Amino acid sequence: MTPHPATDRASGGAGRRLAGHRLLWPALALLALLLGNLAFHHDFFAVRVRDGHLYGSLIDILQFGAPLILVALGMTLVIATRGIDLSVGSTVAIAGALACGHISTAARPGSVATMVTAVALALGVALVLGLANGLLVAGLGVQPIVATLILMVAGRGVAQLIGDGQIITVTSAPYKMIGGGYWLFFPFAVLLAAALVALTAFVTRRSALGMLIESVGGNPAASHLVGIRAGGLLALVYVFSALCAAVAGLMISSNVSSADGNNAGLWIELDAILAVVIGGTALTGGRFSLGGTVLGALTIQTLSTTVYTLGVPPETTLVFKAFVVIVVCLVQSPAFRAKALRRRRTNAPRPHKTAGAAPQHQEAGA
Amino acid sequence: MARRAALVLTAALLASSALTACSTEGPGSGPAAATKARSGGPITMGFAQVGAESGWRTANTKSVQEAAKKAGITLKFSDAQQKQENQIKAIRTFIQQKVDVIAFSPVVESGWDTVLKEAKDAGIPVILTDRAVDTQDASLYKTFLGSDFVKEGKSAGEWLTGAYANQPGPVNIVELQGTTGSAPANDRKAGFADAIRSDGKFKIVASQTGDFTRAKGKEVMQAFLKSQKDIDVLYAHNDDMALGAIQAIEESGKKPGTDIKVISVDGIKDAFVAMTQGKINVVVECNPMLGGQLMELAKKVVAGETVPKRVETEEGVFPQDKAAAALPSRTY
Repeated sequence: MTPHPATDRASGGAGRRLAGHRLLWPALALLALLLGNLAFHHDFFAVRVRDGHLYGSLIDILQFGAPLILVALGMTLVIATRGIDLSVGSTVAIAGALACGHISTAARPGSVATMVTAVALALGVALVLGLANGLLVAGLGVQPIVATLILMVAGRGVAQLIGDGQIITVTSAPYKMIGGGYWLFFPFAVLLAAALVALTAFVTRRSALGMLIESVGGNPAASHLVGIRAGGLLALVYVFSALCAAVAGLMISSNVSSADGNNAGLWIELDAILAVVIGGTALTGGRFSLGGTVLGALTIQTLSTTVYTLGVPPETTLVFKAFVVIVVCLVQSPAFRAKALRRRRTNAPRPHKTAGAAPQHQEAGA
Repeated sequence: MARRAALVLTAALLASSALTACSTEGPGSGPAAATKARSGGPITMGFAQVGAESGWRTANTKSVQEAAKKAGITLKFSDAQQKQENQIKAIRTFIQQKVDVIAFSPVVESGWDTVLKEAKDAGIPVILTDRAVDTQDASLYKTFLGSDFVKEGKSAGEWLTGAYANQPGPVNIVELQGTTGSAPANDRKAGFADAIRSDGKFKIVASQTGDFTRAKGKEVMQAFLKSQKDIDVLYAHNDDMALGAIQAIEESGKKPGTDIKVISVDGIKDAFVAMTQGKINVVVECNPMLGGQLMELAKKVVAGETVPKRVETEEGVFPQDKAAAALPSRTY
């Protein structure tokens, strides 16, 4: 995991800078998956206009990937502070249950006003949940994994309580818009996710906020010494993460017009963490990459679609996914690439006898 | 929670089928002990429920409570909140209170021998509902009342072969499986495959798990609609996946129920609503409303009559034309 090879190469020409770009490998992995699909299913890249909106596998990946992108977006900032937020899946379930619960009992379920209050209610509660996480982590110094585990376990119970253990079905055209509607040919969820990613990138990169988050995660002691108040920042990222999860929850429940407290957002926290890792943000905190996270989330969603397209039997799906994830992670690791590349380079000119020993010499020299 | 329940159910069903084979002398040893406890007056039943983990379970509880009232049976109800120790405690309490019959849905399949032995020694007959237990001694319970998932799959397949009897093939079917490895998923798949095997024109062109949820059902169906050129029939292992898939079919510009026939299992209210709108063609019921059957069995058992070791719940097949009539009576 040494960063040196990458930075060395980046100082070269334009081509070398591209090769050293941290988003190159996640992007290549995603591209390879998409091309793999194309090989099996020739219509895979086809996007048509149907009923006034775009229709095709790629659009599906974007639409179903949108909630994961949002959850992973919040997770990226949390991980950048050396934290982790396991409670996002439960927040997804709570947000969906609250919104659908409100709409189903409202006097006029189909009105825009009902939808707005439902969304506000879900986001308001998510704000409180995020604050609770932030308070535990920043105020009381509880380890993030433990602090958020509490809400992860309890939250799903809360979501079930809201729905009385039942799936809440709603019929509301304005609410359906959030996750299942289309605007300007595109799924509204995709546009919403894109807007939120852009806004987050703008705020973190155009102000000092991103750097402050990275410094708190990269070296808490040093950032404390230079006078950065970590408490507020930590609370902020957990609130942000909860809000992102809530919007994702609204999308998921809106897409199927129902809230399922048991299953909505189940294990999405793990997918989100994986997306962040595939995107090149280290779990040890510090530098983060929002673009990488988006690529990571899309890679995971593409993987699911691949399983359906190829007809991988359900019994082997998990093994297949794990295999792809291992390959993607290895390809991403600079240390692994350095080893693999060196082995190939040294193999070519030398006779076979010394091929085995050669890489080790090189390794020692480096 | 539903998944775990399903998993337990698989194991329980397997165990029970193995048990029934070697339990011919079971019922004979019981009646004498059972009748001993009766001394006239209304029957008292102790019922230890799993919990309230799903809508299906809630409906199950309601059914038992209402049926008891109707049958004039005094019901002592206990909710185990998914914990075996709570259920064992409840059963011990029932034994101390000298109820006439104990019924329960075991949270897990094993570890019941001791407490069931206590019930047997006290002369109180035990009825299992919905899930079976894993025990070497089949005389510990009188009967097991629950659904047969293989039969549900078979009913779904038989409806399909009937509906396409006079039409030329091929009939391309996509299947949305339940949670991988769960009893309902395995059995409903096997039963369905069995029923359509005899006719070569029926082809399952794609089969993936939708995890019994609406969101996954929709996601998988959207992928199917793009990767499969021609889909005639959708077979979903539960209503929720079917309801999700229907939305995917509609969004692709096709008409569910007409362009693509939809077969589903369970019989929740939302599915009946969709059926009255013509979006689902047939629902095979998986019935949680076993209260009435349970009370009948309880009366027989308490009276010392012999009952079959395995009783299947009464489950109907509801095609579209029956949906409107049945809708008002759907409570879950």
